[in-house]
Amino acid sequence: MTIISSNIRRDLSSDEVTRFSRQLLLEEIGVAGQERLRAARVLIVGVGGLGAPAAIYLAAAGVGTLGLVDADEVEASNLQRQIIYGYKDIDRPKVASAADRLKDLSPDIKVDTWNLRLDSRNAKKIIEGYDVVVDGTDNFPTRYLISDACVLLGKPNVYASILRFEGQVSVFDARNGPCYRCLYPAPPPPGLVPSCGEGGVMGVLPGVLGCIQANEAIKLIVGGAPGLTGRLLLFDAWNMTFNEVALEKDLDCPICGRNPTVTELIDYEDFCGLSEPETKIQSLSPTELKEKLAGGGPLQIIDIREPHERSLFKFEGTKPIPFGQLVRRIEEFDPKTDLVFICKIGLRSAFAIRTLQRAGYQGPMYNLDGGVNAWTRRFNPAMVIY
Amino acid sequence: MPIIVKLPAALRTYTGHKGDMHLEAATVGDIINHLAETWPDLKPHLLDEDGSLRSFVSVFVDGRSIKSTGGLATVISDGQTVTLVPAIAGGGTNS
Ligand SMILES: [Zn+2]
Repeated sequence: MTIISSNIRRDLSSDEVTRFSRQLLLEEIGVAGQERLRAARVLIVGVGGLGAPAAIYLAAAGVGTLGLVDADEVEASNLQRQIIYGYKDIDRPKVASAADRLKDLSPDIKVDTWNLRLDSRNAKKIIEGYDVVVDGTDNFPTRYLISDACVLLGKPNVYASILRFEGQVSVFDARNGPCYRCLYPAPPPPGLVPSCGEGGVMGVLPGVLGCIQANEAIKLIVGGAPGLTGRLLLFDAWNMTFNEVALEKDLDCPICGRNPTVTELIDYEDFCGLSEPETKIQSLSPTELKEKLAGGGPLQIIDIREPHERSLFKFEGTKPIPFGQLVRRIEEFDPKTDLVFICKIGLRSAFAIRTLQRAGYQGPMYNLDGGVNAWTRRFNPAMVIY
Repeated sequence: MPIIVKLPAALRTYTGHKGDMHLEAATVGDIINHLAETWPDLKPHLLDEDGSLRSFVSVFVDGRSIKSTGGLATVISDGQTVTLVPAIAGGGTNS
């Protein structure tokens, strides 16, 4: 079985025969498979750590049409893992830079650049024009959006996501197996898990997983191979292990089950709880914190960063308690003392305050706005920000 | 030989970075409750207020989802591996 219709035959040119000879020599691919690759249209949503290597391998393999969806520009810190870009691309739109690189790799390729964010209004119209979607995004609303749109349009969704040294990859194809909602009916509430933005990631990790996504997309196009439908592959780059678990279709799945209740795209920000107003958190600017310190009242600064991160920038006079230990060590806080929480950019420290509020802590808590980076910018502008 | 419990990086934040554990238990629910009690910071990542498993964490016994084997009531025996797989969304996209 292949996802490409069979009436696409057009002989390979001599250039194509030369360029793809190593694939033509594989009996599982051959001329028929190469023609399918040329006819195939693959949409890559998010040309970042996952999407960049996937795009390179798909273009190199001779995929005829690649759609790229990304609203961002290239930043210097992207180059550590988004290997499709070079130093000269910094500040350029990602989709335009990526298109240049892909055309260099495969002159006949058609690259559609969608310099926008995929949303409920444009998703179906965009995805409709492709045979398979590669999900390389970095947030829950877009992941549910892609999954739902693929279910509604009957398209396979080659999914991967990563955290630190670990990743998961699968093919969600609701026609033959489960969808993303079958695995996770709902995302974590926004206040629970700090976003990846402040976390580190090993550059090779999305490279490995993006290559697996390209591999699975190529197999869906060529046809005939056992794929990752109904299987979730778990990769641990630190311990170098691959584990696999079986995914089953949830017969009660609200979109791909027996009696679907979701029949159109919905508001995914809302579904992920992002439109609810969050409870107010008291915050302090760096200047206000400095004044408060000079004021001499009962005050304790809690540094919720991990030890290795604290050593990148030391903040004097703090009590270090990593984010993941706050509730366990709640007794160490004095409700009569003003607590000020600090982290790198002020996001995890806001999570820390919410976590303690949920755990029932009653004392006064403040967040250092912008974190230690804002503090450095304000008082030590010559210092390098990590 | 006890039950082997595997926690991924997303959850190790809340267990003082402990990943693989060996526990004695009769059901998956015993394991989850034990983890939630031992590591209070981990609890909201596993259980709802009413004690049911969160919709954004999947649990597998020897690679098979507990959804089809009785959920938290799934009976487990020594030597089996319980793997927790929480939803993660990262794509290596932003800095
Ligand atoms: Zn489903």
